[in-house]
Amino acid sequence: MSRGNARTAIGQPARMAVVLMAVAMFVAACGGSTASVSPSASADTSCAPESLALKTAGVLTLSTDNPAYSPWFQGGNEGAEVWIGDYNNDPVNGEGYEGAVAYAIAEKLGFTADKVTWIVTAFDQSFAPGDKTFDLFMNQVSIKADRAEAVDFSHGYYNAAQGIVTIEGSTIAGATSIADLKGAKLGTQIGTTSYDAILNVIAPDQEPAVFNTMDEAVAALQAGQIDGVVADVPTTFYMRDAQLDGGVIIGQLKGTGDGAEQFGVVLQKGSPLTACVNIAIDALKADGTLDALLLEWIGGSGSAPEIQ
Amino acid sequence: MTVATGSARKGLLVATLSTLVVAALVAYSIGSSPAWPEVQKAFFDGRYFSTSLPKVAGAFFINVQLFVLAELLILPIGLLIALARSITAPALAPLRIFATIYVDFFRGVPSILIIYVLGFGVPALQIDGIPKEPFFWALVTLVLIYSAYVSEVYRAGIESIHPSQERAARALGLTRVQALRYVVVPQAMRRVIPPLLNDFIGLQKDTALVSILGVVETFKQAQILKAASFNFTPLMTTALIFLIITIPMTRLVDRLAAKDRNAQLGGTR
Amino acid sequence: MATAKRSARTLKVAPVLELKGMKKRYGGKLVLDGINLSLAEHEVVCLIGASGSGKSTLLRCADLLEPIDAGQISLEGERVAFEDRSADATRRRLGIVFQGFNLFPHLTVLENVVLAPRVALGFTPAAAERRAKELLKSLGLAEKAREYPDRLSGGQQQRVAIARALATEPKVLLLDEITSALDPVLVAEVLETLRSLALSGMTMLIATHEMAFAADVADRICYLEDGRLIEEGTPEKIFGAPRDPRTKEFLRRVRAISAPGAKRRAGTRVKRTVRAKR
Repeated sequence: MSRGNARTAIGQPARMAVVLMAVAMFVAACGGSTASVSPSASADTSCAPESLALKTAGVLTLSTDNPAYSPWFQGGNEGAEVWIGDYNNDPVNGEGYEGAVAYAIAEKLGFTADKVTWIVTAFDQSFAPGDKTFDLFMNQVSIKADRAEAVDFSHGYYNAAQGIVTIEGSTIAGATSIADLKGAKLGTQIGTTSYDAILNVIAPDQEPAVFNTMDEAVAALQAGQIDGVVADVPTTFYMRDAQLDGGVIIGQLKGTGDGAEQFGVVLQKGSPLTACVNIAIDALKADGTLDALLLEWIGGSGSAPEIQ
Repeated sequence: MTVATGSARKGLLVATLSTLVVAALVAYSIGSSPAWPEVQKAFFDGRYFSTSLPKVAGAFFINVQLFVLAELLILPIGLLIALARSITAPALAPLRIFATIYVDFFRGVPSILIIYVLGFGVPALQIDGIPKEPFFWALVTLVLIYSAYVSEVYRAGIESIHPSQERAARALGLTRVQALRYVVVPQAMRRVIPPLLNDFIGLQKDTALVSILGVVETFKQAQILKAASFNFTPLMTTALIFLIITIPMTRLVDRLAAKDRNAQLGGTR
Repeated sequence: MATAKRSARTLKVAPVLELKGMKKRYGGKLVLDGINLSLAEHEVVCLIGASGSGKSTLLRCADLLEPIDAGQISLEGERVAFEDRSADATRRRLGIVFQGFNLFPHLTVLENVVLAPRVALGFTPAAAERRAKELLKSLGLAEKAREYPDRLSGGQQQRVAIARALATEPKVLLLDEITSALDPVLVAEVLETLRSLALSGMTMLIATHEMAFAADVADRICYLEDGRLIEEGTPEKIFGAPRDPRTKEFLRRVRAISAPGAKRRAGTRVKRTVRAKR
């Protein structure tokens, strides 16, 4: 018979220990704490630029992912080191809706453009545990209750409406209602409100294709592997105008099934900056800045018919 | 079942104690680090584990289809390539050269590059008659890559059969092809089962590559849940599902290898 | 005896197997240096010599398992060579048994013997099995047919190897020290098998260390040293009165190891009846 009895006997306690440890990790986590309450700062004293808890003193460190998509960020990336490439945009120039809003928030917090730096953070890194490398992260991130347990969200600065784009000749090019989309193979980027919209509002017969980037979804659409792409309305216009050959906008959806979703700034959980950013955003809403920026960068493209 | 002798029992006791002590030390040093609660909540949240399990397990069905279909193709194709590389007839030299280039290429280039090129590139050519489905191209990619690895396993197995076996078969008047078919390859088959199983385990894990093409298999499903909740626990759920499938197979490989080793030591005269 | 030798000479038939000027090199070394050897039908020739003298190489080259560097091989009058396209067919007419048996471990005894008739000769399964069973029976292995080789003793395995080689009805049987790897206790049964084969008229070329056996069964003994055929002749001549000093030296060393005082007596050989030519 087997002569390895001593060996297997020694292996058993080792395996037991590993299993016990794994179980212990989960059990301990079950008793974990619930989401902490976001701090509400009193008046302006704690929001003065000198007294803010920043990554680098005297500088506001902003961040977004790479590539930085239009119309959220815009153009001017010759000479850029990180946001390189023909279809990429450099956040530093403050153009594009999120770029502009970012600098507007910075100004409200007391930082002029020369006191602002940009670093790149991958989407996954932005919510990984541990200290963040940025003060503020803006990347078309939708505010969700679950997500708010891991990070701090600011108040919303954009209402995320979802649109559907396709190409001429596709089976859904002439769709006018949600019913027309039921048989379609749709695609989108992972981690977006667009994915929720597909499942909750359209509820097609086929499972949607979920890609790591919107670029890949667009490539799949162009190759005919999927019938249509669901993305934020402004992004669908950019796809139609700049990326697709024969792109066609079908329309936009009402809501995403979970109520109106908004983009928010992502901060470290429990960050003392959150309250100050909220004050800034509320102020920008109140004095009409957000509306003006919306009109400047997105307004013309918001005219997609609403489909039901 | 073997009865542990006195000294074996003592050895078992010492082994158990020392393992538990080390495990406890590791658990303590991890658990007492200041950031542990945050990491624990992000990676080992029981609530997210239980909510992700049904979705992730359900999506695993796509991975299963992929590795079962792939393996059914890889095993014969790998053997053909291995045999092509052992051809000696000068007229068929191009076949042998092609097989060598094939193996070098598909073992050398990272799988993720191949799937990008095949999965996105070929459908973009819009050639009529060529399928576009991502599942198809993921299957093609895995079969191309793993046939290369598996052919090397077969080749090693065939070469491990002592040349005296082939010589004895040729001496009986069998042709080279007959000698391979009836004498060498059947013996090689039994020997290569452990390494083939190892490659099969690798294949099972590499089915996650198809997620790049948009297919919502188990890894992508875990990523979707992770992005929705900003919590990494669903990835742990996926890891667990892969372990549940691969660990029994790893143990089976160990047992088969031990059996083969014992047979080689004790059986031949 | 003398009668057998005379009949072989007067019959004047073409040799069944003829090796002319055979040379073989391994790396730089000349392992066979111009071997001239011919075998008449029903003849039994034993090759003797020290290890490394080239006996095994000679047999392997004669069986077309390896190419030769010079010389020629003829089987039943026609030239054959390793490079022939019909080399496989030629090898069916030659049988060879190796020192290490080389049975196929994944096949049963019966399957081992059935393989060549089935696959190389194209016999139907029934015909192949019939022949295999006959052969095994004649060698006393009938009840082992369904066993796997590793369950047999060394002597039994070697006899299966002989049966396997005979399955293609070879003209000549080549035997490469087939008892050297056996337990001494098991040697006798294999030698007995060879003796019966010789009696039944099988043409055999046997490389062996078993001098008593060679003296008993061989029509001719050939002494090899360093790839050259030094001396050949009847057993009486070679063992009783070797001419070449090298032969003498070899036999002297061999006798020093074997039982002292065992002298070969002329006339102790088993009488052989040569089977009538078919």
